[in-house]
Amino acid sequence: MSSNKRPANREQRTAAQSTALLRELVAHLRQNRTQLREEWANRITEAQLLTAMTKEELFAEATSVYDNYVEALATGTFEALQSYARNLSERIIPRGVETHEVVGIVLLLRDVLARSLFAKYQGDFTMLNRILDAYEPAANRIANTVAVGFVQERERVIRQQQEAIRELSTPVLQVRERLLILPIIGVIDAQRARQLTEQLLRGIRTNRAKVVVIDITGVAAMDATVANHLVQTVEASRLLGATVIVTGLSPEIAQTIVTIGVDLGKMNTVGDLQGGIEQAERLLGYKVIPVADTAAS
Amino acid sequence: MEVPILKQGRFLIATIQAALSDADLLQLRRALIDKVIHFRSNGVIIDVTALDVMDSFATRTLRDITNMIRLRGADTVIVGIQPEVAFAMVQLGLTMEGVATALDLEEGLEHLQHRATGKS
Repeated sequence: MSSNKRPANREQRTAAQSTALLRELVAHLRQNRTQLREEWANRITEAQLLTAMTKEELFAEATSVYDNYVEALATGTFEALQSYARNLSERIIPRGVETHEVVGIVLLLRDVLARSLFAKYQGDFTMLNRILDAYEPAANRIANTVAVGFVQERERVIRQQQEAIRELSTPVLQVRERLLILPIIGVIDAQRARQLTEQLLRGIRTNRAKVVVIDITGVAAMDATVANHLVQTVEASRLLGATVIVTGLSPEIAQTIVTIGVDLGKMNTVGDLQGGIEQAERLLGYKVIPVADTAAS
Repeated sequence: MEVPILKQGRFLIATIQAALSDADLLQLRRALIDKVIHFRSNGVIIDVTALDVMDSFATRTLRDITNMIRLRGADTVIVGIQPEVAFAMVQLGLTMEGVATALDLEEGLEHLQHRATGKS
């Protein structure tokens, strides 16, 4: 029992000590705020980080990062810093700031502060040791928080953009009564194929389409999965009573399809979009005649 | 539940009104064949607009009906498959090959009329 108690006591004591040390540290950092901040800003410029920002902006940003940094050290809570990091990322990501720059400046600040601690306690190595013991874990956690916040924000932006692209990229267009065109551009994955098919089927229903031209000129690559998705789309459309014409198969894609042996026998393919529309018009009983000819006859 | 089969000129129209059990489907098959023979119809429309599920048995039965009716010299069109149903069917590999399909009743009638005039 008593042997258990001792280490616990020691832990408590070291915890209390490190809080006291942190407090001393924070006081030191607040005292030398102007000088340290300036040095940090200079180091950032030297290392050519955050080149997208002007000197004034950089200084203003450095000031608020510094204050938030010291605040996080003082309180030991990271929520405020986290939300600040997120806010900062939101502002600087559109300006093309990279991950290595953000991590770089936070690490630079850590170094600048560590150096100033060295300078202050250089006469007293035991004290310096204890101060660094208290400082390092906290500083690392802060660096971690800021970097993670930045990366998360970035990922959020990327996800948002992916969604926007997905929504934009599958228009179902009516070009004539009962004739729809579905131009596919970009990469088709399972999710997009599903969305595409759903949209097309809904389009067939609402426009009462009889013929659909799917143009895949804009599809860069085609593998077995994508080809099967295409076959499924064609068959589902057929179940609704619509004929599908696939156009714009590039030579490479044609070759891949033949090589992997996807059965496209059920598919109606035409070389290009123009040919596809012309065939669709024939199927629907349209005939396009130049105005001059109708006037002559 | 029994499926009503209506005679409309030379065509028969069977409208499925609710989800059918396997027994109902077989009953529909029997009734349709009988009526095609009885009325000497040359076209059958099966309307499945009300169905929100189409399993493998239903698909197979509909295909069988089509093939049987074809042996009687008549055409069959399945109309009104819902987009979601079509999608699910294709995912399950139930593609009803060789069976004519149309968007709705109107389209189906047009299709049959077209076939009839083409033949004669």
